[in-house]
Formats: sequence, C-alpha cells, structure tokens
Amino acid sequence: MATPVLDKVEAEAAESPYITVTFRIRRFNPEVSADAVWEDFHLEIDPKERVLDGLHKIKWDLDGTLTFRRSCAHGICGSDAMRINGKNRLACKTLIKDINPEKPITVEPIKGLTVLKDLVVDMEPFFQAYRDVMPFLITKDTNEPTRERLQSSEDRERFDDTTKCILCAACTSSCPVFWNDGQYFGPAAIVNAHRFIFDSRDEAAEQRLEILNDRDGVWRCRTTFNCTDACPRGIEVTKAIAEVKKALITRRY
Amino acid sequence: MKIHKYDTVIVGAGGAGMRAAIESTKRSRTAVLTKLYPTRSHTGAAQGGMAAALANVEEDNWEWHTFDTIKGGDYLVDQDAAEILAKEAIDSVLDLEKMGLPFNRTPNGTIDQRRFGGHSRNHGEAPVRRSCYAADRTGHMILQTLYQNCVKEGVEFFNEFYVLDQLITEVDGVQKSAGVVAYELATGEIHVFQAKAVIYASGGCGKFFKVTSNAHTLTGDGQAAVYRRGLPLEDMEFFQFHPTGIWRMGILLTEGARGEGGILRNKDGERFMEKYAPVMKDLASRDVVSRSIYTEIREGRGCGPEGDHVYLDLTHLPPEQLDAKLPDITEFARTYLGIEPYTDPIPIQPTAHYAMGGIPTNVEGEVLADNTTVVPGLYAAGEVACVSVHGANRLGTNSLLDINVFGRRAGIAAAEYSQKADFVDLPENPAQFVIDEVEQLRTSTGTERVATLRKELQETMDANVMVFRTEQTIKTAVEKIAELRARYKNVAIQDKGKRFNTDLLEAIELGNLLELAEVMAVSALARKESRGGHHREDYPNRDDVNFMRHTMAYREVGDDGTESVRLDYKPVVQTRYQPMERKY
Repeated sequence: MATPVLDKVEAEAAESPYITVTFRIRRFNPEVSADAVWEDFHLEIDPKERVLDGLHKIKWDLDGTLTFRRSCAHGICGSDAMRINGKNRLACKTLIKDINPEKPITVEPIKGLTVLKDLVVDMEPFFQAYRDVMPFLITKDTNEPTRERLQSSEDRERFDDTTKCILCAACTSSCPVFWNDGQYFGPAAIVNAHRFIFDSRDEAAEQRLEILNDRDGVWRCRTTFNCTDACPRGIEVTKAIAEVKKALITRRY
Repeated sequence: MKIHKYDTVIVGAGGAGMRAAIESTKRSRTAVLTKLYPTRSHTGAAQGGMAAALANVEEDNWEWHTFDTIKGGDYLVDQDAAEILAKEAIDSVLDLEKMGLPFNRTPNGTIDQRRFGGHSRNHGEAPVRRSCYAADRTGHMILQTLYQNCVKEGVEFFNEFYVLDQLITEVDGVQKSAGVVAYELATGEIHVFQAKAVIYASGGCGKFFKVTSNAHTLTGDGQAAVYRRGLPLEDMEFFQFHPTGIWRMGILLTEGARGEGGILRNKDGERFMEKYAPVMKDLASRDVVSRSIYTEIREGRGCGPEGDHVYLDLTHLPPEQLDAKLPDITEFARTYLGIEPYTDPIPIQPTAHYAMGGIPTNVEGEVLADNTTVVPGLYAAGEVACVSVHGANRLGTNSLLDINVFGRRAGIAAAEYSQKADFVDLPENPAQFVIDEVEQLRTSTGTERVATLRKELQETMDANVMVFRTEQTIKTAVEKIAELRARYKNVAIQDKGKRFNTDLLEAIELGNLLELAEVMAVSALARKESRGGHHREDYPNRDDVNFMRHTMAYREVGDDGTESVRLDYKPVVQTRYQPMERKY
C-alpha cells in the first residue's frame, strides 16, 4: 500500500498564512440609532478561515457589540445565513479565499425578514410558513404497525434531496418574490412540503398540495433559481418546487 | 420581570428536550425554553447512527448491546440503566420511523444498519451491524423529525431564552424544584418560570476545550445552574475524545466512515490500529482509538511537517459508496481542507466530543441530590445528565439512543409528576441572582476580556486534561483555572444594551465553562487510575478496588465566601457482568 501524501496542502500550511482583509458590515441597533450604517473592520486572517472566524475576530477582539447568530460552525445548524458579497451563504461554510479577499467583504443580514440588530433578523415569519405546510408525517393507520413501515430504497431516494434542509432561510430570503411579498410561502416551506408529498409513507399529499395551490403558494415562483444557488446544502430547490407544481397539475406524486 | 406558570418546563430543545416535550405536552401544560431555535441544536451534528439490536441485517440482540455498552464504558456503567437503554433502543428506533424519520433502507425495505465502534456480536467476537442510520446525517434527521412532531403536537417553545438559574424551595425539610429563571435574548427581560417539574436537556460543555466537535453554544449552562444550587455533578472527569476530528478544526468525521471500511494510517501508511486492537481494529472503542492515535504521534509516526495528525483513508472505497453513505463528511473535507476524499486521505486528530458525566439521575430521569435522594420535580436527560449509561467511555451511536430513551422517560415521568404534584412556592426574590449577575456584567468596569480568558481556558484544557493526563498536568490545569476564575471576577463587556446582547451571554457562558472545568479537573486529579476516557499516565491501570465508583462533585462555599469542590463517591450498579480486562 502506497504511503498517502499531502504535499500540496501541507506546503501551503507551512507558509505564513495571514493576510489583511476588510469586512464591511451592515450595522443596525435601534437602541443606538434608527438608521443602519456600513462599518469597516480591518483584520489579519488566514484566507483558509471562514467568514464566521472573521466575524468572531471582530466580536472578540475589536467590537463586542457586533451581533450575529451562530452555533455549530460547520454548516449543519443553519444559524448563520447572511448576505456575503451580495449572495446568501452560511458564514461558517464560506472561506475567505473563495470570496476575493482583496476587496472589502460585505456582510449584511438576509433580506425580506425584519432586521432586529446587526445581522440578526426576525425568523418567525419564516418558521410560520414552514409550520403552515404541515411538516410532519401524516398517516391514516388506525393500527400502528408493530415494526417499521417498509419503504424501498427507490422510494426513500425519491425525497432524499429535500430531507437535507436545515431551515437556514438562505433560499427563501434570496427569492425576489419573497422580498416583494412576505405572504409567499417561500422556497424553504415548499421544500419541506415536497419532503412529505414524495414520501411513500405519507398520506396527506393532497392536503399539502391544496395549501400550496393557494394564491401565495407555488404558483408565485418565477423560476429565477436564486434559491438553488443560495442553498448551502446543495438542494435543487427550484426543481423541487417544479415537482410540486407538476404534482398539482397531474395529481401524481 | 415576568412570571409564568407551567406544569412542566423543559430546558433545551435538542434531541432529549424535544423527545421529552412530545411526551410531556400530551400529558401536562409544557413550556420548552431554549437558547437556540430548536433546529439549531447540536443533536443535528451527530452523523453515524443510533444503535438498536433490530437484527435487520444480521443476528443481534439487546443483551449483546447491553454487554458492549458496559464494556465500552470500562465497567463504570450502571448496568440496570444500560439494560434499559439496550432493550428500549428497539422501540425507540421504531418510534422515530413511525414519526417519519427517513432511515436508509435494506433491499427488503426495512431499516438498514451498519457497523460502529465497540458494537460486537456475541460479547466481542466480531463487529456487528447495529447502527440504524440515515446516510451520515442521522442526528440531523432525528432533530428534524422530533421538531416536526413538536409542531404536530403543538409544543410551546420560548426560543432564545437562556435559563440562568434553578429555583429550589425547601418544603417540610425537603429540597424541591420550584422553577427556573430565564433571560430573553431579544429584549434583555428576565422571566421567572414557576413549574411543578423542570427537565434539563441542555446538552454538553465541550467548549472548554479548544479542538472540539462541539458547537460554540455548548457551554454547560444546565450543569452549572444546578451545581451552583448545591446539587452534585457525577463523573465529570470522563470526557470523550472522538478519534476523527478534522485536523486543527475539530469538526467531526463520523466513525461511520470506519464502519463503511475507512482505515486510519500513520505517516508510513501503516494501518496502526491492527497493533492496538487486533479484533476490532479501526472499530475499537473511541478512547482506545484516540489513545492509539496520540501514541503514534508521540512516537514520531504522525503525518505532516509537524507530525501532529494521522490520516483517515477512504480512497479504497468506491466513490458511489462515499456519495451514498458519507456525503456530508466528504463534503466537509472538500470545503474546509480542499481535499478530495476519493483520491486523498484526510488529516485527522482526536477532538473533544462528549461529556460522559453530568447531572446525576436515576433511570426515570429524576435528579439526585446525593447518592440516593431524589430532588422532587427535577429531571435531566441527554448529555447534560449522567444516568449512567456511558460510564467511563460512551460507545458511538449510544448518544442518539440515550436522548431518545431517556428523553422520553424523563418527559413521561416529569409530566406524570406534574399531574399529581402542587406548585411549590417560589423563593423570595426569585430572580435576584440573575438580576445581579446580569447587572454586574453589564456595568463592570473591569479590564479582563471574555475572549482572552476563554482562549486561555481552552488552551490549558487541551494541553493538560485531554487524552493523556498526569498528576502534574492536571495540577497545572487546576491552578490555571483558579487563576482564570479569579480574573473572571474582573471581566467586562462592551455591549451594554438590552437587545440581543450576545456579548453579555458569552460572558455568562464563560463563567459556566470555568466552573465546570474546575469540577472536571478536580475530579480527574482524585481519580488515580486509568479507565475509559480518563487516562492517567502515572496510574496506567484500572483500579477496581479503589475506583470502581462514580465521582460525585459538590460545590462548597466556606464562611469567608471561598468556593471549592468537595468530592464524594457513589457505588456502581452491577447486575450480571463482572468487570473483565478490556480488549478489542
């Protein structure tokens, strides 16, 4: 067995990695001022670090009032969706080197939800839309099976993509329809409806489809693909929405 | 200040908290207080699976699972509790499937299972396929499924509410839980929740280490709240270091990677686990594998210019298998290291992962005030608790199991208690402790910074109480922690506002970490033996004569106000398994 080698990565690691970058952050604190302002911070950072590491350096070393949500720091919990250089991303999954650190890195809250302080937005309307699509398995069994329900690997695969959703709101808050009309369910809620509509064990697809047939439902989607681009989990969001639209027409799922 | 009244209050909305909430909400008026939105909890970061002897793919039974759990815990496990864990595992998995969890499936449509560290057929003969899984996203699926079912059941959540104090009232000479005090992040308002029953399900405290798989938010808030009120913490010296964290970052790469056939190699390409664990090899228990990795590194066989890591090699596995079974961890390697796992091995090192110790409970989730006395109305489940089903070292896939089995049990027990118990009077000025703590921090003019103290704490913990420990290193840690605790009194924050003051909360969280780090180090110093995750180089053997017992740590406050940790011990419950030498 050949010895595994990692020459390239380790050679890079051996050099002094730090560069100076500018974070240009949209600040807002109604306790201080009614207006949001841009503020620049200059810091030394290894370009292989995350945008979240940069925000932490600012909060921990420069300005403790900078406010943002975060938890797991590796793209699983969905806390730190924000607009970085004009695109919705997770701060913990975006490396400095991948977003051109030679220019100021702009960081703003996600759009379409009320900003509460700095990068923190009101997530309640987002979660309300999620709850509205009945995001839980519904079956008509009167007698629960003693063992697990059977499901073929193909049936399980059918909705695999939409089970990956971490409810970070990167998709919904990238959607121009959602920006203009907060009543629209938004991509994330439709993704979570899709997850159940196409689950062979579920028996409430018709109800969910009727909910999404509403004037604020799937038909508002203009297929701009912003949501697919924004999803940090690589979910084909626009495709999922299209499948729900198709199911509404054909009533097959 | 606002006062709320609920039958049952649950602190934390990860797996254990939400599993408890589903039961509790059906039976009593329940509020869930959580410092994060429920789906942000770190249960979602668990990857590899949930153990249960379903025997869907090969012969297995709960008795083998019980034995593996006890042996994995180096015989410090309470055997009655382990038996419950393994028996109820089966219904626990089936319940989740019925709630909608999308498990991977076998060709005949049942739940698929795979190998995991320390899980064996017939008491150690060979690895067994016991882990029920959904790719490498099992924790994510459990968290989502439980949240979905909380939505279905109409569970009432108070999101971004930080519980900062446990209220206890003495009634006829008995200390009873009266409720909790919480801080609302959005407004800075303080809320008192009077409750007949309180369940702590607030997770671990791994953030006192630097290289850790834990979220920034895992700061031991629940453990600290009850410890400060004079209740004990059990077995805090036992902390698990997961063998495969991403080098320097600590991000978890599931043991399922080795369950799927992944191999650990040193700089010579040698499959070194064959030397340390001839039968289970790369699938030995986590404490064994982590020590083996550091032994390789110390003996000069580590990889890279500094020889400070080893490789997790997946390159011999078909890309289709990696895509289907390990999609997330292979993406982590690509995103954070720029490495393609199809063709290149992944640099890894052990990462601080899981607290085996915590708030002592019995098998109903009732919190203990000492070795035997229950605190009426107080419950705990999940990583915050110590039942003890994990003993000195938890087996992989037993934590997702623990949160479901004991989350459910605590939810039922607490709600049934609420149905028959009366409210206990709140103590006088119930919020005073929290008001004082918050005001002190908000108005402090001290010169110490939270980030500096936290960094020094994490560095001393990594250097001195990690995989290998000695009297000398632990004493160094104890002294450093005492220094940091003294400096913490002089800490100041910059954000003086009320709205979303995360600066303030980080300071409070640091206080919790410092307190728990002290308990951990003092407990470790006194345990002069090596057992499971606690390895003393100056006492390299297990000592069943003197240390087959649980540590119980209590906070003592002297007349002059000085704080110290008092240690006591509790017998281990042994039923059918006599301690044996532990080999893999």
